[in-house]
Amino acid sequence: MDPLILSRWQFAMTSIYHFLFVPLTLGLGWFVAFMQTRYYQTKDETFHKMAKFWGKLFLINFAMGVVTGIVQEFQFGMNWSEYSRFVGDIFGAPLAIEALLAFFLESIFLGVWIFGEGKVPEKVHLAAIWLAAIGSNLSALWILLANGWMQHPVGYVIDPTTGRPMLNDFLALITNPKGWLFFGHTIAVGLAMASFVILGVSAYHLARKSNVDFFKRSFQIAAIVGLVAALLVIIDGDEQGKYVYETQPMKMASIEALWNTEQPASFSILTIGDLSGKKEVWSLRVPGVTSLLACNNLTCAVQGVNDIQAQYQQQYGPGDYIPLMVFTYWGFRFMITVGFLMVILAVIFLFALRGDLTKVKWMKWVPWVIVLPYIATTSGWIVTEIGRQPWIVQGLLKVQDAVSPNLTTVDLLISLIGYVVVYGTLAVADFYLMKKYAILGPDAAMTESVDAAPSVIGGQD
Amino acid sequence: MSHEFLQVLWFILIVVLWVGFYFLEGFDFGVGMLLPFLGKKDQERRAIINAIGPTWDGNEVWLITAGGAMFAAFPQWYATLFSGFYLALFLLLVALIIRGISFEYRSKDASPKWRATFDWMIAVGSFLAALLLGVAFANLAEGVPINAKMMYTGNLFTLLNPYGLIGGLTTVSVFLLHGANFLSLKLEDELRERANAFAKKLYIAAVVLNLILLITTYIFTDIYAHLGLNPGIVPIVGLLALLVSGYFINRKQEGWAFILVAVNIVFTLITFFMIMFPRVMISSTDPSYSLTIYNASSSAYTLSVMSIVALIFVPIVLIYQGWTYYMFRKRITTKKESLVY
Ligand code: HDD
Ligand code: HEM
Ligand code: HEM
Repeated sequence: MDPLILSRWQFAMTSIYHFLFVPLTLGLGWFVAFMQTRYYQTKDETFHKMAKFWGKLFLINFAMGVVTGIVQEFQFGMNWSEYSRFVGDIFGAPLAIEALLAFFLESIFLGVWIFGEGKVPEKVHLAAIWLAAIGSNLSALWILLANGWMQHPVGYVIDPTTGRPMLNDFLALITNPKGWLFFGHTIAVGLAMASFVILGVSAYHLARKSNVDFFKRSFQIAAIVGLVAALLVIIDGDEQGKYVYETQPMKMASIEALWNTEQPASFSILTIGDLSGKKEVWSLRVPGVTSLLACNNLTCAVQGVNDIQAQYQQQYGPGDYIPLMVFTYWGFRFMITVGFLMVILAVIFLFALRGDLTKVKWMKWVPWVIVLPYIATTSGWIVTEIGRQPWIVQGLLKVQDAVSPNLTTVDLLISLIGYVVVYGTLAVADFYLMKKYAILGPDAAMTESVDAAPSVIGGQD
Repeated sequence: MSHEFLQVLWFILIVVLWVGFYFLEGFDFGVGMLLPFLGKKDQERRAIINAIGPTWDGNEVWLITAGGAMFAAFPQWYATLFSGFYLALFLLLVALIIRGISFEYRSKDASPKWRATFDWMIAVGSFLAALLLGVAFANLAEGVPINAKMMYTGNLFTLLNPYGLIGGLTTVSVFLLHGANFLSLKLEDELRERANAFAKKLYIAAVVLNLILLITTYIFTDIYAHLGLNPGIVPIVGLLALLVSGYFINRKQEGWAFILVAVNIVFTLITFFMIMFPRVMISSTDPSYSLTIYNASSSAYTLSVMSIVALIFVPIVLIYQGWTYYMFRKRITTKKESLVY
């Protein structure tokens, strides 16, 4: 097998896996901080329990984000050494800054929060969870600025001797609109995911009439936040679409499976392609909507894949510049479907709050909403990253030139299989614990040592 | 500021980051390796983990920052090292993963089997990580096959040479000692006694391995050509600190013992970097293929920007991280009520 393919599989797998845990950390941190603040202000025991219970789930999830993140940090050098040589002058900076500004903040104060209750002053304990939440969201900003630069390189000149981009404008790097659009979307996505996880878990208990007051209040907070966040996701997503159209027209065209330039451009409701995903067989289209998406009116021209391909061949030389459309096309559709579904569901939940939640018949089905944001975030990244192919840095470096040349198929098979085994096992443990603590409910989360084991190795406790 | 000055500054900053990591995570690894041997009962094990519980993740961020800083300041170094030591680093990552997840998950289920599994994952992960880091640094000082294109041409077994393994074992032994000292500082009563007893035995192993490392360093690296027969104050103080620490371990003056072993760890690591400087990857194929701070670095502009960021934020991080150690300075008891799970 080709080392390049294996490296790509490995990177895709580990990034997607990392991002399964990231948005929940981003969003749930704010919730826990908010709940603890309310407890601090009102001394209402329910808020205390909320902070503890949702905090428990937050921590189980957080641990996975931490251990999978280190892999991400190392992989650029390990699997993409030519990429690292090429972009090091620029891309390394946000990565290093992320660690220095965000990871220290988050990990150190989270430690204070977990172990500090009753040991540090209450105010400090409260500040700790806020600093941890701010830290994790800051980390998202820096990594997304890094990724934003790969999608839309700014602030550089090409060094004439090496042919590599050299940073010449740090301000441009950290104000890259691409990165900030990513950031807005991702922060909102985090809140939306956390809301839907809270809604789902609460619904499980409401349907069983356990801890009704506790879960009713959780349900209410999450429904409100969930609605606002889902709306923000859509608004920001729309902005992103426009920017993609400006900066990565090929990505936009492939998202829309738009073969030839159209004016006005139609939106495909359903397109059936051939197996390569690069040829259309049949499609159903609504006129004008893609124009609307791309440039806010119903009439503008949107370039098609074939035209951009011809243009890129002239500009960059011969080659295939069309990304794998099955992924971009379907990924995008999954994402926006979920986006609208989340808004509709949040509205329904808010209406349900006016009656008695424990009597709602469909409540037992609500836990399934938890899968929605996971589908959408994964598809969103797949659209983003595959839509950029064959480039690793848009217009500057191709993926095939980025891979570490010294790695053998055996090296990569060992690491790929290794990650699959380790990550797979961790997924089982994580899922088991999340489910267990979600079902146990708030009382278990209050008494820390409730399940302190009898001695491990004989002896008495 | 001239480019050359910035290159030297960033070499020093990266040494500082690695030193911070070795000093802090060194005892975390030691504590992890000692866990199943020192803690006989569940609560004892929990108390041992809690000695590093609030701080281990913050300590590990020193490694992440060191990696990020190498990428930003010396991309060629980052690329050659990380792709070259591929399988070793993969194993290091697995070790860090199984160790990190276990701290959080081991007490979340009551089954003794569950807990024992995670406890052993902590121990094995810590051991493997310490071993591999030691192997890696010894190889960096010794030199590895690198061709004219800055590409590593060996494989995993190239790294597992005698000197590399001596480096690995020395690191394991010193981290174990560091961890035992840390635990005798942080724990009470019987556990404290046990940790101290371990420290006494580990001291002997650490001294023997340090001496072997010293001798073999003169055989396998170019320290003689580079630093001379008298290698200077740093390695000598490092070794002396370790020797003297035995006196304090015996007298149960844990604070002094801890500091002196820390000095040994830090100074030994600095010695490795001194052997390397100004090279960052020594080529055993042809000295002229070596990567140096001059041919591996980022541009002067990037280095200046990064310098400003580092000079502002490294001190801030040091202050609040130091503060957390102060906050959690009390000794940890094994009483059930006071244990955080
Ligand atoms: C709960 C998750 C979720 C939901 C409901 C949505 N998105 Fe999204 N989307 C993501 C989660 C996400 C993501 C995984 O977080 C991505 C990947 C990169 C990023 O910034 O966010 C993303 C990327 C992404 C991109 C690609 C940006 C690029 O390649 O540069 C576009 C154009 C949109 N989104 C647009 C939308 C629209 C119009 C939505 C609703 C109607 C929408 N997203 C809902
Ligand atoms: C965490 C969320 C992310 C997900 C789910 C994700 C997903 C993916 C996927 C699916 C690929 C494979 C594309 C292919 O091989 O065809 C990929 C490639 C890649 N992505 Fe991302 N990505 C994420 C974030 C990032 C970020 C933040 C960066 C950079 C800072 C990044 C950099 C890369 C690189 C270097 C590759 C490898 C080269 C390539 O195959 O394009 N990714 N990613
Ligand atoms: C491929 C690029 C990425 C790299 C190199 C990376 C790196 C890391 C590292 C090293 C950690 C562990 C930090 C610790 O030990 O405390 C981590 C965790 C985390 N990352 Fe990623 N990450 C990537 C993608 C992302 C993306 C796209 C986001 C958000 C949008 C993100 C947000 C987070 C968050 C919130 C955590 C939670 C746990 C923590 O920070 O400790 N990461 N990441």
